[in-house]
Amino acid sequence: MRFWRNVAAITWKDALAEMRTKEIASAVLVFTLLVIIIFNFAFGVNQEVVRLVASGMLWVTFAFAGVLALNRAFIVEKEEGCLEGLMVAPISREAIYVGKMLGSLFFILVIEAIALPVFAFFFNLNVFSLQLVVITILTTIGFVAVGTLFSALAVNTKAREMVLPILFLPIVIPIIISAVKASELALSGESWSSLTSWLQIIVAFDVIFLVVSFLVFAFVIEE
Amino acid sequence: MKRNILLGVGFVLMLASLYLVFVYVSTERQMGIVQRIFYLMVPVAWLALLSFFIVFIGSIFYLVKRENKWDILAHSSAEVGVVFTTLALITGSIWAKPIWGVWWDWGTPRLTSTLILWFIYLTYFMVRSFAKEESQGARFAAVVGIVGFVDTPIIILATTLWRGMHPGPLIFQGGLAPDMLLTLLVSIAAFTVLYSILLIQRISMKSIEVEITRFKESGN
Repeated sequence: MRFWRNVAAITWKDALAEMRTKEIASAVLVFTLLVIIIFNFAFGVNQEVVRLVASGMLWVTFAFAGVLALNRAFIVEKEEGCLEGLMVAPISREAIYVGKMLGSLFFILVIEAIALPVFAFFFNLNVFSLQLVVITILTTIGFVAVGTLFSALAVNTKAREMVLPILFLPIVIPIIISAVKASELALSGESWSSLTSWLQIIVAFDVIFLVVSFLVFAFVIEE
Repeated sequence: MKRNILLGVGFVLMLASLYLVFVYVSTERQMGIVQRIFYLMVPVAWLALLSFFIVFIGSIFYLVKRENKWDILAHSSAEVGVVFTTLALITGSIWAKPIWGVWWDWGTPRLTSTLILWFIYLTYFMVRSFAKEESQGARFAAVVGIVGFVDTPIIILATTLWRGMHPGPLIFQGGLAPDMLLTLLVSIAAFTVLYSILLIQRISMKSIEVEITRFKESGN
């Protein structure tokens, strides 16, 4: 019980800071929109091409936006010396992980919730299906599970924000593959049963990396 | 002494596997002579996985026990492992060229997952060099070693499914002729011994390195 109260306090702190400054959400959102525009020109999009590349575009955008947002998660803490405060505080390291993870999950889901309709608008896609929402939420959980761990690691290195994408991307490749394939099926209106095997991989990834990151997080932030 | 025995066993096995691969084993009917690279590719790919498993074990013990020897084990195994992973990629594409006509086929789950594994190995070394001090680098590398190894089965699963294939393990379903199986097993054994020799060599070198640094520091 105490654990979850600590977690809630950290998540709430992040949410409050973000609501006041709107630093991460606004920057990442603008980035996302710019990527969408660049894709439009990169692929010379017509409806035929869109059908082929839409889910790929979607997940490249979300993966990069995720890296951007996750990077900020711990840089802010480090700059203001807040991380030291958190570590001195009588709370477990695991509570810091879960708190930061939920905070990032919340931000990225908000960004995706705005970006998805924009995608739909620009590329004439039917993104408002329950399937796509489920895929997006589950994959984002996987992103933040790994990303929070590596973000905390990256911020303690010399190269800081350069480190996160290098660590993050190879590890999340399987979940990106699954998300791209599942979204492709969802966008072309397939039934749930054809998505099952992909969703299984995504859920397995989520569970495994939530547990592993939870276990090793304490080793990443110790001084 | 033990190392010499290992060296001798490795030498004999390696000669035996060379004989088996180039003289004894029958040529595969469809793929012809190029199929013989199979007896090199499978062992090095197996060692890519085995060494990553050793990295995983070493990393866990290092984080739990904080003894330098576990980090040395994991680090050495990663160094040997990245060599074998590179070899697996090279032999894989040499094999792919005459069979499929391309050096690289993204549709081959094993090749693709080996490439991703190679990148994870790379980050294992990179976090070390990005760390502010050596013990921190060892800790970070251990975390990457654990996360990367746990990721491997999911990578293989996803890349296999991406292709829409469910290739059963060819080797143990009687898909290989007995002489081919024998050659493969001897070859795997030879390369595994080679791996252990390299690993032991690297570990003892690293241990000496650590000792020298300690002497240097105490001298100042």
